Amino acid sequence: MTHMLPISFWLNGQVIALNVPTHTLLIDLIRDKLGLKGTKRSCDMEVCGACTVLLDGEPISSCTTLAVDIDQREITTIEGVTPPDGLSRVQKAFVLHGGLQCGFCTPGFIMAVTALLKATPHPTDEEIRHYLHGNLCRCTGYTKIFEAVKSLASEQASENAI
Amino acid sequence: MLPSPFEFDRPSTIEDAIRGVGESGDGMFYSGGTELLLAMKMRVIHTDRLVDIKGIFGLDRICLNEANDIEIGARCTHAKIASDPVIREHVPALSSLCANVANIRVRSVGTIGGNLCFGEPHADPPTLLAALNARLVLIGRDGTRVVPADDFIRSELETIREPDELLTLVVLPCPNGPVTYRRFQHGERPSVNVAMAWSIDAGKATIKGARVRVGALGSRPQPLKLVEDALRGLPVREVRPAIEAVLTTALDELEVNEDRHGGADYKRHLAGVLLLRSVEEAISVGGGA
Repeated sequence: MTHMLPISFWLNGQVIALNVPTHTLLIDLIRDKLGLKGTKRSCDMEVCGACTVLLDGEPISSCTTLAVDIDQREITTIEGVTPPDGLSRVQKAFVLHGGLQCGFCTPGFIMAVTALLKATPHPTDEEIRHYLHGNLCRCTGYTKIFEAVKSLASEQASENAI
Repeated sequence: MLPSPFEFDRPSTIEDAIRGVGESGDGMFYSGGTELLLAMKMRVIHTDRLVDIKGIFGLDRICLNEANDIEIGARCTHAKIASDPVIREHVPALSSLCANVANIRVRSVGTIGGNLCFGEPHADPPTLLAALNARLVLIGRDGTRVVPADDFIRSELETIREPDELLTLVVLPCPNGPVTYRRFQHGERPSVNVAMAWSIDAGKATIKGARVRVGALGSRPQPLKLVEDALRGLPVREVRPAIEAVLTTALDELEVNEDRHGGADYKRHLAGVLLLRSVEEAISVGGGA
């Protein structure tokens, strides 16, 4: 027996209403039902951060979130922070500083950094490390990622628009 | 992996939530899901009904009550507790603990009540809450009961809570002395943790009493009774030699599970190191005369 519930939510600024089985995971809704493949599944246990999306602006693991839990709420994915004509300032900083190699963890990092800078526009080195502690990267050794975020942290407040 | 299908209820009162779980074969309360959904995805836990308590008013409040006790609603997230001004002012060790549970995503949605009810031995909050002599308020069909945090977790993944009893509130006496929490970990969960709370006399020279709990190394947080006895009535300047005199025996009395976090000797050693560092911290932050 499958139990269905109606949900409506904002996905990257667009209102979506549909029926979902109660046991559907958010990552499957985003990737398979809605076709947004930027969000990555990796550890499937809230440890690696590859599936990070924003729920009302806060980072969550979409692999371990029920789709029914986003009813009446706002979800932002990597597609939602990527301007149609290029890259966001966070994405540009990752490119400029070589903060990615294979790129699999990158959408999760971009989402986490976007949330960090919204909450704390000028984080200290310690705040950057603490916030990103739960996003894993197996290529870069983190130094380049840290440098990318640090370059954004030291930008003037007037340049903070995404 | 997908969890098995289930019904999903969104009650708006505690009574409806309790009824919802009670009427179901194996219904369960649900909030952040950071532990429960993992277990359901692995098909270790099955339920035919999840009862979401996020819509119940008042379960996410934090306040200092008239009795000078701190009340923390059970569905407060780790992130909320970490940034709450009341907790920061009165129990900074708890703010700091909650700011470092797992990772930023878990802290966004994971709750202190869920953490306690899961009874995971390798968890941060239960050890400190036991040291703080917290009380837990459980509401069930037959009424309300209040249990000490010390008695709540019975063993690994097992608590005294009945399936249709809802943990609604964590109540802490306001500390009147230094409180410390330290942990050692390889991954996201503590391998061993030590929490300590002293009550200090007005002149800050003598320890009236101390509660010391060691967690994660056994099935549940355990008191270091010999250390507590040694600290009672002791001048602060005599603390270190007094603890060193009983530490080995005290650590030997602990029940230790050997697991992927380490062997028994190693875990006991970690507990001793963490305790001695906690003592230095306690002396420097508030117990120093």
